[in-house]
Amino acid sequence: MNLVKGKLLISLLLLPCFFYAETIHVGATYKFKTIKSAIAQSKINDTVLIHKGYYKEGTILIEKPLTIIGQNYPTLDGLHKIEILSVKSDNVTITGLKLINSGKSDIYDLAAIRVYKNKNIKISGNILENNFFGIFLSKSDHCTITNNQLSSTEQKQNDSGNGIHLLYCNNIFIENNHITGHRDGIYFEFVTESLIQKNISEGNIRYGLHFMFSSNDVYQENTFRNNGAGVAVMFSYKVKMIKNHYEHNWGSSSYGLLLKEIRDGEITGNTFEKNTIGLSMEGTTRITISNNNFLHNGWGIKICGGCDQGIVTKNNLIGNTFDVSSSGSTLSNNFTGNYWDKYLGYDLNKDGLGDTPFFPVTLSSLIMEQVPTSLLYLHSFVLDLIDQSEKLLPQLIPQNIVDKKPTLKKF
Amino acid sequence: MSRIIKYVMFDILRNRFVIGYCLFIMLITFGLLGLEEGSSKSTLSLLNIVLLVVPLISVVFATIHFYNSYEFMELLLSQPVRRSTIIYSEYFGVSGSLSFAFAVGMGVPLIFLNQGLVSVYLLLSGIVLTFVFVSIALLGAVNSKDKARGIGTSLLLWFFFTAIYDGLVLLIMFSFSDYPIEKYLLAFISLNPIDLARVAILLQMDTAVLMGYTGAVFSEFFNSWEGLIFASGLLLLWAILPMLLTVRIFKRKDL
Repeated sequence: MNLVKGKLLISLLLLPCFFYAETIHVGATYKFKTIKSAIAQSKINDTVLIHKGYYKEGTILIEKPLTIIGQNYPTLDGLHKIEILSVKSDNVTITGLKLINSGKSDIYDLAAIRVYKNKNIKISGNILENNFFGIFLSKSDHCTITNNQLSSTEQKQNDSGNGIHLLYCNNIFIENNHITGHRDGIYFEFVTESLIQKNISEGNIRYGLHFMFSSNDVYQENTFRNNGAGVAVMFSYKVKMIKNHYEHNWGSSSYGLLLKEIRDGEITGNTFEKNTIGLSMEGTTRITISNNNFLHNGWGIKICGGCDQGIVTKNNLIGNTFDVSSSGSTLSNNFTGNYWDKYLGYDLNKDGLGDTPFFPVTLSSLIMEQVPTSLLYLHSFVLDLIDQSEKLLPQLIPQNIVDKKPTLKKF
Repeated sequence: MSRIIKYVMFDILRNRFVIGYCLFIMLITFGLLGLEEGSSKSTLSLLNIVLLVVPLISVVFATIHFYNSYEFMELLLSQPVRRSTIIYSEYFGVSGSLSFAFAVGMGVPLIFLNQGLVSVYLLLSGIVLTFVFVSIALLGAVNSKDKARGIGTSLLLWFFFTAIYDGLVLLIMFSFSDYPIEKYLLAFISLNPIDLARVAILLQMDTAVLMGYTGAVFSEFFNSWEGLIFASGLLLLWAILPMLLTVRIFKRKDL
């Protein structure tokens, strides 16, 4: 009885909405045949319901708060010429559309959905195929982009745009999108206070996720697979990277995660698996790297010059060809309490920590770092011999990176 | 000649060393592949066997066999048989039986557990390296009458090709690291049969991307037809040239 009452109450409360916001149907069998005419007739906060069909109407401009819903994915075709949806109003919701073939341009950033200087835009559950840019937000805030499928078949980096491209935005929420075949899966430039989670970005030409000058952002539980390179975080600060998977970013200069000129970052609980370089660091300050798994990478962690005050702790480094490599001059990065599968020490006092320190940078990896051509001798007897000679002549061991308390058990 | 080769082979089979060698390789290969099936790690271990164990066994066995069959050769020389026939039979007998043992020992497990292009490369490289190092060993052995010295020379040659030569090339890399020396490196590496085999195999595996720019240059070369023909031609030369020298010396030698 109570339940029925409750339902009744909710219906009554919602009733005003039905009076004020009208639903306008668009489709071959309805009054409005084109989306443009429907939008022109609509009032503020109306719903435009687009039925299944094929629409090629040029750029559709949305200049008032509207909810645009596609039923059974109506197709909006840009015919490789134009931007498909231009949003120039706050409070717009776009959902259930299939947007294909936006134009390509060297001058304009043509996108399937372009949002200019707006608030409260919701873009969810759309399918975007073969567009230049997929979803492009500039100078917008408090927007959500969820459950979209973006794909492109462009092969060349120059002819390809980014999947989700954000420029000067803040408070953006990006969740559960699947992005493939674009230049960068997700691109952030001057974007702050935003959250990216549970997305899958795979098979993109350049990066799975790319940060430029974007600070105070969090990305978590995303998967970056088979991209030109996994994630690049550059010139940013206070970025949190939590529980992401960086998998199989495999190629001659590829990596799972690149940090360049960033500070106060946190990298926790991520898995780096089968990347050429798991984590590549350059010019980082106060980065905490903890509880991550580095599995079967070419290089687990590669530290280039100018990285200081980093903390590397409680990570598992297993099956990497080189666990850590460094060009030599690393400043005060603290490696402590990690699990290294190459550690051969012992634990006499049974506190779970090894009694002898572990030096993850081998002599051979140092040689390869300094003379890259010697990589040709990878897996050769000479380099094995050089690494073995470290044990006989400990003064040969590169001392600049040391884990004084390696653990004996995996985390 | 085929008759003498047959005798040499029978002789080798009778002392059971080759059967042991075959079983040893088979056991190791099964073991490595069984531990981690189809993974690149086991392939790398197999690569080490092909590059280290196979040349070492070939060198040592060929030298010892040469000295042990010294009397047999002297006996043959009292018959109307040409000297070159005798030394060629020795060569083909030893390298034939060793490479056959290797091919069976590593081939059977590979067919069952790890089919693929890399396996083909591993097998072919092992067989060719056997021929190369038997020919190098015979060159070392034919030069001295003293068995200890002969074995010493052969071991030294093996060590030269596995370690010393590479060490020298590494030194060159260090000295000229500021210059684009990839093309010259290609030449240097080609001059060492073990390196040639290693690079050719590694470039077929996905570890190749770790080799950076130089790797890319090599990969482009070795994955073209010219490169393949060049590499296999060089390896064949390594099998033929020392043998021709050996025959020359053996013909004039005072036995």
